[in-house]
Amino acid sequence: MYIIFLMIAVSVSVATAFLVAFLWAVRSGQYDDDYTPAVRMLFDNETPAKPAQKPDESTS
Amino acid sequence: MATKAALRTEIQACYHCGDKCVEEVIVAHEKSFCCTGCKNVYELLEENNLCTYYNLEENPGLTGKIKGSESRFAYLDDAGVETQLISFKSDTICKLTFYIPQMHCSSCIWLLENLFKLNPGISESTVNFLRKEVSLTYFPQKTTLREVVTLLSRIGYEPEITLADTDGKKSSKPNRTIIYKLGIAGFCFGNVMLLAFPDYLAITEGLQRTFGSFFGYLSFLLSIPVFFYSARGFFTSAWEGIKQRMVNIDLPIATGLLALFFTSIYQVVTGTGPGYFDSFTGLVFFMLIGKYFQQKTYDTLSFDRDYTSYFPVSVTVLKEDGKEEAVAVRNLKVGNRIRVRNQELIPADAILLRGQAMIDYSFVSGESEPVEKVMGEVIYAGGRQVGESVELEVVKEVSQGYLTQLWNDSIFSKEEKHSVNTYANVAGKWFIIVTMLVAAGSLFYWVPRDTEMAMKAFTSVLIIACPCALSLATPFVHGHTLRVFGRNKFYLKNTHVVETLAKIDTIVFDKTGTLTEPSAAEINYTGKALTAAHEQSIKSVLSHSTHPLSQRIFQSLTGEVVAVMHFQEFAGKGLVGEVNESVIRIGSASYVGVKTDAVKDTVKTTVYVSVDGVLLGYYTFYNVYRKGLKHILHELEDKKLAVLSGDNDHEQARLKELLGTEAELNFNQSPVQKLEYIQQLKDRQHRVLMVGDGLNDAGALKQSDAGIALSNSVTNFSPSCDAILDAAAFDKLSMFLGFSRKTMKIILATFAVSLVYNVIGLTLAVQGLFSPLVSAILMPISSLSVIIFATLSVKFAAKRAGL
Repeated sequence: MYIIFLMIAVSVSVATAFLVAFLWAVRSGQYDDDYTPAVRMLFDNETPAKPAQKPDESTS
Repeated sequence: MATKAALRTEIQACYHCGDKCVEEVIVAHEKSFCCTGCKNVYELLEENNLCTYYNLEENPGLTGKIKGSESRFAYLDDAGVETQLISFKSDTICKLTFYIPQMHCSSCIWLLENLFKLNPGISESTVNFLRKEVSLTYFPQKTTLREVVTLLSRIGYEPEITLADTDGKKSSKPNRTIIYKLGIAGFCFGNVMLLAFPDYLAITEGLQRTFGSFFGYLSFLLSIPVFFYSARGFFTSAWEGIKQRMVNIDLPIATGLLALFFTSIYQVVTGTGPGYFDSFTGLVFFMLIGKYFQQKTYDTLSFDRDYTSYFPVSVTVLKEDGKEEAVAVRNLKVGNRIRVRNQELIPADAILLRGQAMIDYSFVSGESEPVEKVMGEVIYAGGRQVGESVELEVVKEVSQGYLTQLWNDSIFSKEEKHSVNTYANVAGKWFIIVTMLVAAGSLFYWVPRDTEMAMKAFTSVLIIACPCALSLATPFVHGHTLRVFGRNKFYLKNTHVVETLAKIDTIVFDKTGTLTEPSAAEINYTGKALTAAHEQSIKSVLSHSTHPLSQRIFQSLTGEVVAVMHFQEFAGKGLVGEVNESVIRIGSASYVGVKTDAVKDTVKTTVYVSVDGVLLGYYTFYNVYRKGLKHILHELEDKKLAVLSGDNDHEQARLKELLGTEAELNFNQSPVQKLEYIQQLKDRQHRVLMVGDGLNDAGALKQSDAGIALSNSVTNFSPSCDAILDAAAFDKLSMFLGFSRKTMKIILATFAVSLVYNVIGLTLAVQGLFSPLVSAILMPISSLSVIIFATLSVKFAAKRAGL
């Protein structure tokens, strides 16, 4: 039965990993504009190669 | 270039902008264009192999008809302006973001993201469609800010650079706090739910002994960030309410959350139960969804634009040596000599030094007829010069002008006047009072009998009666209402406005620009019949004048424009010119030589025409009321109607007919008088809706319970009003009012739904029959069903109302 402690620990850490991924995604600006990228991907391969970057943020 | 002008019988749509080619069709490259502006953009794109633009969307372009001189961007060369606009600058690259209101389709995105093909100095451009912004990176060695803006303007996407932009940086960083809060609450909610699973399945007995306290402490751990971070907004809001001695909707929520959290801690620590951490985190999560939903609706509307948004950014200053220099308005000093050209705004109160000033104050007073000014007179900021360029001397700094003062009237500084007595707050106040009474009652009842039971019943009542429905229903119903309105081009500033609209009993209209359509003033010709040759001559002479009346007559005449000799314009009087050796005079009665006693109706605007000294006839301008106005006003008959006009009373009879005899009509009203009139109505306990357009109504709009600004272009106009209504949707006004009343009923119905849950829950709770299992199941179900009920009923109601 004590396997449950381990399983809970694993499940919470996986969930935490997703939370961190989510927070990172918000931080990188992916949630600022949920319309333009959907349109941009439909353009033929003439689009600028570089991904979207907010001008006021460091490129790290 | 195979360009030729041709007249077609069939009306064609412009290949670039899709407008109807009414006046002439320019055919180039086997495609038709409505004007040379559109054709030039097409050619520019074609040369650069960018015609994919036209494949993505049909007629994606913007009309090139209205174009100013490109020299107006000269101020962008000014280093001071540049640093204020640019968000990042190094030796090699510059980054900045422009607001481009014209952006409207996927073709726009494509073209704006391919700017680097048109100007190699631009390295990258990224569009944010929802915010209508483009972020640009360019190399300062290869190109300049001015070149970039000129390019954008040439392809039809002139960025809106306003005084507000150069007036110090506002933090442009989007507010992501709500997303963080939501993410964390969602994460904790999901995990706590998982840990509460044994409780749901009522297998507590066996598991409780081994894992109970472990699960309990883990849930507690997971709830801590929700309590201290995600739910903080509710606590602070409730605290603000208490400080101002008010019971707001967040107070019962905060109390409920506190009760939930601390009871849960108590249960876990003492080992008496698993706590209600799942309900606690779930509640916060659901309520944050409601908040997020609301915020998203506002994000697309930028309401923070004020009068400075209308002001020009630069002005031509005349130096002592006679040289001209473009200077940012912000840097304008008292004593500066400035030059204002045709169609430019006067940026600061100034004295006229040279030139014929015809000032169109429509921006300030709403009335469109230009006023003539003589040398030495003071011209107030906000007027627009029509005609030749004039020289002025600045007498007041921009920040101290008349317009700024009107704007700074105390009315405008009054904030959040609606926040007190909203529906939810009133209901919530009673709700919390009743809940507290019931909780206290059950405590009072149980204490002498069973202390353990007393504690249980008391907390259970507080928990189950947590007004989640109240807090959820209102934002969801209002949020959906805002979306329904938004779809119909009616944009509200915040959700409180919906409630205010539902209670309106008096509607006050501004006349010019609201009831009438200024751009479509009707022209009537009276006099001898005009021959085709006469029409042609008159049109030719008028083509040289930019006066709005001239332009209106010009548009109504047919025929080709021919050469005009000896053209002269006498501002405020009229025009003269020779066509085919006959002298054409167009202008006021005295100018053309009509005896004034022959003029019957002096209040109407009339323009006389004579050929070789012989009077032909005159044009009369009538205000054109908006289409279907009679019908709209008829639908609003159950309300008290009134009209405020800055104009004189010559339309009184027509307005009486339109509005009915009971309506109050007020003419010759100044902005301050308008404001006072609204205040009087409010003093008589009326709930006033003001519908206006100009900045002159701004005071009245703000003073009224709900102020709607009627606008022809939503992106350009948003003074301090409560809502913006697109002029095209004006006929739906009564529908909007009716619908907001209906949403109030929906909220009431939602309250009823949650009341059923609460009655069941409370009945169980006061008897002490309440178990954590019931709580855990009842709470999320009630929250969820309230959300679903609210969403569906608003959708249904909107469909039935035809919105």
